[in-house]
Amino acid sequence: MLPRERIAEAIRGAARGGEPALVAFLTAGYPQRVQFRSHLAAVAEAADVVEIGVPFTDPMADGMTIQRSSQEALRQGVTLQWILDELAAMARVRAPLLLMSYLNPLLNYGYERLAAASVAAGVCGFIVPDLPLDESAGLRAALDPRGLALVQMVTPVTPPERLARLCAASQGFVYAVTMTGTTGHSAATPAGVLEYLARVRAAAKVPVCAGFGIRSRDQVRSLRGAVDGCVVGSALVEVLERGESPQAWLGALRHDAG
Amino acid sequence: MSDDKPDAATRARWLEQLRAGAFPDAQGRYGPFGGRYVPETLVPAHERLEQGVKRWLGDADFQREYQQQLRTWVGRPTALSHAPRLSQRWGADVWLKREDLAHTGAHKINNALGQALLAQRLGAQRIVAETGAGQHGVASAAACARLGLPCTVYMGAVDMERQAPNVGRMRLLGATVVSVTSGDQTLRAAIDEAMRDWVADPEHTYYLLGSAVGAHPYPYLVRELQSIIGREARAQIQQQAGGLPDLVIACVGGGSNAIGLFHPFVNDASVAIVGVEAGGRGAGLGDNAAPLSFGRPGVLHGSYSMLMQDGDGQIQETHSVSAGLDYPGVGPEHALLQACGRVHYEAAGDDESLAAVRECCECEGILPAIESAHALAGARRWAKAHPGKRILVGLSGRGDKDMLTLSQTLLANAPAGAR
Repeated sequence: MLPRERIAEAIRGAARGGEPALVAFLTAGYPQRVQFRSHLAAVAEAADVVEIGVPFTDPMADGMTIQRSSQEALRQGVTLQWILDELAAMARVRAPLLLMSYLNPLLNYGYERLAAASVAAGVCGFIVPDLPLDESAGLRAALDPRGLALVQMVTPVTPPERLARLCAASQGFVYAVTMTGTTGHSAATPAGVLEYLARVRAAAKVPVCAGFGIRSRDQVRSLRGAVDGCVVGSALVEVLERGESPQAWLGALRHDAG
Repeated sequence: MSDDKPDAATRARWLEQLRAGAFPDAQGRYGPFGGRYVPETLVPAHERLEQGVKRWLGDADFQREYQQQLRTWVGRPTALSHAPRLSQRWGADVWLKREDLAHTGAHKINNALGQALLAQRLGAQRIVAETGAGQHGVASAAACARLGLPCTVYMGAVDMERQAPNVGRMRLLGATVVSVTSGDQTLRAAIDEAMRDWVADPEHTYYLLGSAVGAHPYPYLVRELQSIIGREARAQIQQQAGGLPDLVIACVGGGSNAIGLFHPFVNDASVAIVGVEAGGRGAGLGDNAAPLSFGRPGVLHGSYSMLMQDGDGQIQETHSVSAGLDYPGVGPEHALLQACGRVHYEAAGDDESLAAVRECCECEGILPAIESAHALAGARRWAKAHPGKRILVGLSGRGDKDMLTLSQTLLANAPAGAR
């Protein structure tokens, strides 16, 4: 199975039970660099897909939590090379891994070299928030031959024609941003969001995962049937920040209490 | 997109395309530079802006209103002043394009007014802007007050301290000034924060970007609005001096005053063009804000251009005594102008630029902004190497805003009356 198919399959398989799959985000090396492997193993045990955040100095699509975690990770010397080395050295985890990175660290690393190192590290794909599809030919040319995914984001303000193009091009899953704004703010799921997610699903050939602002079991429950998966980012980073168990927190997202 | 140096044939082709007016191309590129690297949420907003620029910039009614405001409110055309005493000292024929005389004290108003008029036609309900030295913030606040648009300005906490008078001016002009305490707390962090505001409501908010940077169509839009500097200067110097200059020179941070001055001279083969970046304390990473002189290509704030970055592609903090030049990137068209060889870029340091502030004050009775003094420092150098030539210097703004910095540097070292 190609790496990008592993991502889609993990989401579809998890969603078969009726609950949305969980795509979990953590900033590499935060809060402590030495905890990276154990945190990743724990999160990968409880989630279906894991996004590893590559810290960047100017995370312009992110809110306060991920700005803070990125800055601290950089201060501790976390780099793309360090992340790839750690992944290559540690035991493979069950959940497929994606790297979420702003473009400049990837561009600086070199696309060909990046694709080869990603395969060696067991990375299945990429999410690049400041790389729209229109500018992505260079990166895709390096990822495609190795079966690595480049996930496209869509948003509530994406026009229909563009939505169709993004959904057709997305690999692994379609990342449906549920609101405008940066990551980390809490979002409700009003009827407008469900209507939007239905449009995304109708256009997508790969699973659809909703993200930006998902923090609670209530939100996950309200998305049942509307999406194949939910992305949790800032809230999980805060769980790790507080030193709490990521497995317990992710488990509580999947099941009603009591 | 590659770090490899382009070969001679490629550079010659870019130069030919440049002269033919082929940039930006349909993808918003200037050769390999430029483009549109923005979060998906902002793609429709950039597409709407691109359509708006096509629809309105050449529109007769839009231009009539813009030109009338420039004439009766901004005070254009700004003067071209001969600088007899600098000419004598430098052994050159020196002319100053006086953007310091424009309303609010710098060239920034040309762009702020034009974009605010555009925002109004696009139905924007509020304006957000970033500012470094505070000049773009003041210009935006003034233009928004004039047109009755609510305005929020993001400004780094460090800049708010060193440019305190401009913070007060913005507030008097009715703008909300938001202190940015994230990142490096200067212009770059202010842009990050203004983008985050825009991402939250891209359909009703207009982002009034202050320099020739960012994603397409901003570098093009800002160039078009600032080119009035070069068009006026080109006509004035021919009329007043009897011919074109041998050199056109301007300071380059993001590069809006420079692209505005340079653009109308690009096809004048006899005219040399030089851009002067902020050399800060020296050539080391973190000691300057001179990406064309010391940087490598990369992507920041929506475009591919020259950038101050470390070996991992992380954006490097910069240093300059001048807040308006203290930025790790530069407009993509400047990167092309350098790559194809049409414009030469070099850096002038803090001390050299402060000395140029003093010299301009004492010789010509003009207090230039520290930003603009970088151009004077570069002009002085060029004059020494090319005696007897005619030099046109872009004096992009006035130095009143810099009094705090000047009192801690020039005035602290040599109190008034000591010389």
